[in-house]
Amino acid sequence: MSPIAGRRRVVSRAALSSAGFALALVVLAPYVVMVCTALKPEAELRITPPRLLPLESRLGNFLDVLGDPSFRGWLRASLVVALTSTAIVVLAATPAAYYTARHRFPGRSAFLLLVLVTQMFSPTALVVGLYRQFFELGLVDTYAALIVTNAAFNLAFAVWILRAFFATIPREIEEAAAVDGCGRLRTLARVVLPLSLPAIVTAVIFAFIAAWNEYVVALTLMTDPARKPLTVGITSYVTAYVQHWNYLFAASVLAIVPVVVLFALIERHLVGGLTAGSVK
Amino acid sequence: MGHWPALLWLGPSLALIAAVVVYPVAALVRASLSRYSITGLYQGSMGASNYTRLLEQEALVTVVANTLIWVVAIVVVTIAASLGIAQLLNEEFPGRRLVRWTLIVPWAASLIMTSKLFVWLYDYYFGLLNQVLISLRLLAAPVDWLGNDATVMGAMIVVGIFVSVPFTTYVVLAGLSAIPGDVYEAARVDGASAWRTYRSVTLPLLRPALLVAVVLNVIYVFNSFPIVWTLNDRNPGFAHDTMITYMYKIAFKSALRDVGLAAALGCVNVLVILLAVGVYLRTVSWREAEA
Repeated sequence: MSPIAGRRRVVSRAALSSAGFALALVVLAPYVVMVCTALKPEAELRITPPRLLPLESRLGNFLDVLGDPSFRGWLRASLVVALTSTAIVVLAATPAAYYTARHRFPGRSAFLLLVLVTQMFSPTALVVGLYRQFFELGLVDTYAALIVTNAAFNLAFAVWILRAFFATIPREIEEAAAVDGCGRLRTLARVVLPLSLPAIVTAVIFAFIAAWNEYVVALTLMTDPARKPLTVGITSYVTAYVQHWNYLFAASVLAIVPVVVLFALIERHLVGGLTAGSVK
Repeated sequence: MGHWPALLWLGPSLALIAAVVVYPVAALVRASLSRYSITGLYQGSMGASNYTRLLEQEALVTVVANTLIWVVAIVVVTIAASLGIAQLLNEEFPGRRLVRWTLIVPWAASLIMTSKLFVWLYDYYFGLLNQVLISLRLLAAPVDWLGNDATVMGAMIVVGIFVSVPFTTYVVLAGLSAIPGDVYEAARVDGASAWRTYRSVTLPLLRPALLVAVVLNVIYVFNSFPIVWTLNDRNPGFAHDTMITYMYKIAFKSALRDVGLAAALGCVNVLVILLAVGVYLRTVSWREAEA
């Protein structure tokens, strides 16, 4: 490489880096405001002109939120709903993904189409129907209603991810297990699942985050303040009567940081699961 | 042997979908043909009159127009921005991984929390947006972004774009990485300029990924609830609602609490989404891939 071409490359890489840095700044700027506001004491929220950085950082806001019995209730609700619905997703999606990856049978295409359509339908469009259903079943204000709703709408992603992964596992491994006397279910449990751990982790993380962030069904079904999940509960920090923006954002930071870390772990697999059917 | 094993393996998934997707659709259709008391008790069949009442709603024209603007503006700007950002992130440069990770934040964060954050940023008195724009001399006086009829839709659209770009960029990136390097080599040998190469090589090869991104975004943005619900919540009436938030307000929020009317609009919304799903299936040539 000639010295001039080499220098041009360095310059263009520097230009790319600065463009990338500018992009990161634009994306993160709102969340920087979130963190800074979460650190402000109550009195600093209403300073004009507004400033970004707190005059005096108050980490105690986070402790206040963590110690708030309401917050603990919302956190418990979010954890119960997200963890249980994720477990259901994995238990329901695994056999379906395995069977459709390994067998051709009448109705296979129809089943996969049905799964795809559920992925496109967020519960938002159906919320009036969902409310009628749970109202008639007497399940308004129960975790059960939220859990099954989240499980059903997050099923599709898990089916796609797991099915694509199962298809890459050589049949010979399973045939060897069968020769050794393993039944179908045991082959799945002892041989296929351990090999599929990356796909299962991806499915688990995605289903957990989707349920953790779900808002509209929780807003509609959960009226008991003690059973609201975080997404609905924390909005009561800022209403027409009280404006604890610092607590709202401290709680938001606590809710967002773990899911961003989890999301980053599965980043590479996301597109495949979300654009199902388009990747052959 | 029949197909019982299949039913056994698919059973749990089918049961879940039947109970929580198919049943609510049926409940929605039935509700759209019925009348309910304010407390939610069934008061008999209405025939199609919920639908004719829906057409008579004064707000309907505004709401449909808002929905069109909301979907088209967000999807068009998101696609354009994501094309550029994906191109940037497809290049090697120091810190690229870090930039890719930052892009995850608006995607992973709860939409309701991001929406609340923007309410705070847009605040007339204490929001940093006015402060920044005034100190850059782009504004002479603060603007009440979310309380002003002229600015609230634009302010909401900006948030919609902000949260749609990460997913879209990742889809375009996946499309870019599927383009083999030798086509670029060939273009370079032919002496094509960078822009020419992009227009006649990259863009045509990106078409499938772009189509998927467009259709999925149309569905997501049409379905979007938290942004409009949160940023528009100070404004009375339905002047800035989309078909989704209007439906929600009719059912649960307004003095109407009119389940039948909301369900009629809900059925219309479901049809719109089904239409988009049909386009998606054609786009990805589903039959070839799965049959």
